[in-house]
Amino acid sequence: MTGSNTGSTYGGSSVGAGTTHQETVGDTDVLGISPVAAEHLVTEFVEDLSVFDGIVAKARAIVLRYPDSRSALLPMLHLVQSVEGRVSQAGIQFCAAQLDLAPAEVSAVATFYTMYKRKTCGEHLVSVCTNTLCAALGGDDIYNKLGEHLGEDGKKLGHNETVGEPGAPGSVTLEHAECLAACDLGPVIQVNYEYFDNQTADSAVALVDALRAGEKPAPTRGAPLRDFRTAELELAGFWPEDEADYRASVDGPSAAVETLRGAKLAEDRGWTAKPYPAKAPLPEVEKK
Amino acid sequence: MTTPNTPSQNPTAEPTINKPAPVTPVLTKRWLSPTSWSLKTYEQLEGYSALRKALGGTPEQIVELVKASGLRGRGGAGFPAGVKWSFMPPNEDKPHYLVINADEGEPGTCKDIPLMMADPHSLIEGCVIASYAMRAHHCFIYVRGEALHCIRRLNAAVREAKAAGYLGRDILGSGFDLEIVVHAGAGAYICGEETALLDSLEGRRGQPRLKPPFPAAAGLYGAPTTINNVETIASVPFIVNGGADWFRTMGTEKSPGPKIYSISGHVTNPGQFEAPLGTTLRELLEMAGGMKDGVPLKFWTPGGSSTPMFTAEHLDVPLDFEGAAGAGSMLGTTAVMVFNETVSVPWAVMKWSQFYEHESCGKCTPCREGTYWLTGILERMLDGKGTPGDIDTLLDICDNILGRSFCALGDGAVSPITSGIKYFRDEFLALCAKNTGDQNAATASPALAGAHS
Ligand SMILES: Cc1cc2nc3c(=O)[nH]c(=O)nc-3n(C[C@H](O)[C@H](O)[C@H](O)COP(=O)(O)O)c2cc1C
Ligand code: SF4
Ligand code: FES
Repeated sequence: MTGSNTGSTYGGSSVGAGTTHQETVGDTDVLGISPVAAEHLVTEFVEDLSVFDGIVAKARAIVLRYPDSRSALLPMLHLVQSVEGRVSQAGIQFCAAQLDLAPAEVSAVATFYTMYKRKTCGEHLVSVCTNTLCAALGGDDIYNKLGEHLGEDGKKLGHNETVGEPGAPGSVTLEHAECLAACDLGPVIQVNYEYFDNQTADSAVALVDALRAGEKPAPTRGAPLRDFRTAELELAGFWPEDEADYRASVDGPSAAVETLRGAKLAEDRGWTAKPYPAKAPLPEVEKK
Repeated sequence: MTTPNTPSQNPTAEPTINKPAPVTPVLTKRWLSPTSWSLKTYEQLEGYSALRKALGGTPEQIVELVKASGLRGRGGAGFPAGVKWSFMPPNEDKPHYLVINADEGEPGTCKDIPLMMADPHSLIEGCVIASYAMRAHHCFIYVRGEALHCIRRLNAAVREAKAAGYLGRDILGSGFDLEIVVHAGAGAYICGEETALLDSLEGRRGQPRLKPPFPAAAGLYGAPTTINNVETIASVPFIVNGGADWFRTMGTEKSPGPKIYSISGHVTNPGQFEAPLGTTLRELLEMAGGMKDGVPLKFWTPGGSSTPMFTAEHLDVPLDFEGAAGAGSMLGTTAVMVFNETVSVPWAVMKWSQFYEHESCGKCTPCREGTYWLTGILERMLDGKGTPGDIDTLLDICDNILGRSFCALGDGAVSPITSGIKYFRDEFLALCAKNTGDQNAATASPALAGAHS
């Protein structure tokens, strides 16, 4: 027995296989890496909330949807992101004021969910599914390729990092995502949560090049592409007011070949479920 | 001694006339129609006729019908829907709520999102009928935030249904009122767990609640609540129109009805196939055009990554609740992910572990710490630095998570690992090959008390 094998191990296995925790993970400058200061996550002063003047009425409308006002918090955080492209300390204070909560209560919620971004997002958010199934079909390669392609000065663009001035036209934020519930169409990418199905590394590079050039490629399934902030406004429950725009977005494509595969096979082969019986009355029950 | 007359032993003895077709489109039968998501199309194809029929009966009759149909929850656990509904109190001392679980996040699962895109009114109609049966006047559809197009289609469907009098006050002159709110989540797999979903819907961090009290006693805002999956509720209008006996012409005695099987991965034609419960992978593969490029099957999941994996020896396991459980797995969400021989099992297991580590809500120690350790060890093994002792350590950690976690996410997290090691231990051992022999020191002194019992 060597005696040196103490530290952070689990039954003889240690995460990085160093002999002590320090050796395994290196010393940590907690304050140095903490985003607290850089992102003003903790501030003592009251932020200027005037950027949100335009959404006060919408925030109140969200509250009215629910029997209990606190239920409005998740949609309201989406609403705040539609203004700033992220959830800032000011956004947190805005929600807290609208819902009569402490800012700390709102922070605790905002930091729990992946879709609330701490850094300002690009005009477009590109999410690459790297869960097992998509990864096995090429999702990991796509994510790596995009990181290299969008990186600058020989440095890869990392998870939740943005190329271009965040929010400016053509800016793109890259992230890897968990299963996006489109596995039959994998590998899958979303741009502003619209689906781009059956991707390859090449098609993905062409996609982000088009976004960088200010184009709006059509998703395989979803509405005509807009930007991240508009998507967040929709997630808060606000839809295009112009009727034609609204119809175009609702009627954006969804009928992928894969989605319809079973229904089509049944139609071609003449397979159906049994027809309903002539009469199917509701069962009799004793009146209570 | 065999008994040649039992149907399972001698399928040809079964009267073929009663056998359902291999694919039985019910939930998916409108999907091929142009603008299948519009109210106009829906009404032309029997839409909202079940609602009229249901409102002509009593709530008790609807609950009884759903019980008789044997409909089981499609969200993973398979709890009988009618029985769950009957737990709702008969009085209305407090408001009742129906909450639809449309958080679809279990890796591999991709049925509810196409359903809500293609035929949102079937879910809305199911919601009205179920709410009527449970005396709920407020229904929430909690959709994962990344499913923006579904949220859009559902909102449009609610608008249309309201304008047509299928929602709102005094629905179709029945005196019954119902509001439906479509609520977007914000990216957290755990919010699919029904009590975490309720906390999230209340505007909190999505962390599971202690049960009891069960939601039927104290759910949303502490009031009686039923949570059902999208596919469960979308099945209800068809049961109302066709009756329990019709529903039971598909599937098995204990797992009746049709089910959307989602086939993904290394098959020629992946996609959604609605077939009677009890369909086998062999049959599904035939529908999906077989293995892609003829590369042989290696492993697959019957119902998402949280259901223990199967191998080629399970091709004929009937994929219903009993069949999958009998073979050592679970039916889950019928998310059939198919992997061929080119995929390394330890790699796949590591990727899934990273998912569970990321999604663990952190509320309980076995899952929060366990998924961290599992992932770290698997990553190191894949990095070529594993030792055979690691396999035992992985199993030991799994043992400390399974059944000891606060919610079923922890149990799900160990499924890929324990089943992967069960069927493919050699592959894990192969990762350690070059480290065997000289690592005795590393395995000899477990430093974490309690790691070994
Ligand atoms: C971690 C976890 C995630 C879950 N995700 C979902 C989900 O996305 N959709 C769903 O319907 N059920 C999900 N469930 C199951 C629900 O807790 C619940 O059993 C189900 O919604 C009940 O509906 P049903 O009876 O109609 O199936 C999940 C469970 C766990 C433990
Ligand atoms: S098992 Fe995991 S997800 Fe469930 S409560 Fe515990 S930490 Fe949270
Ligand atoms: S694994 Fe990528 S969408 Fe499911």
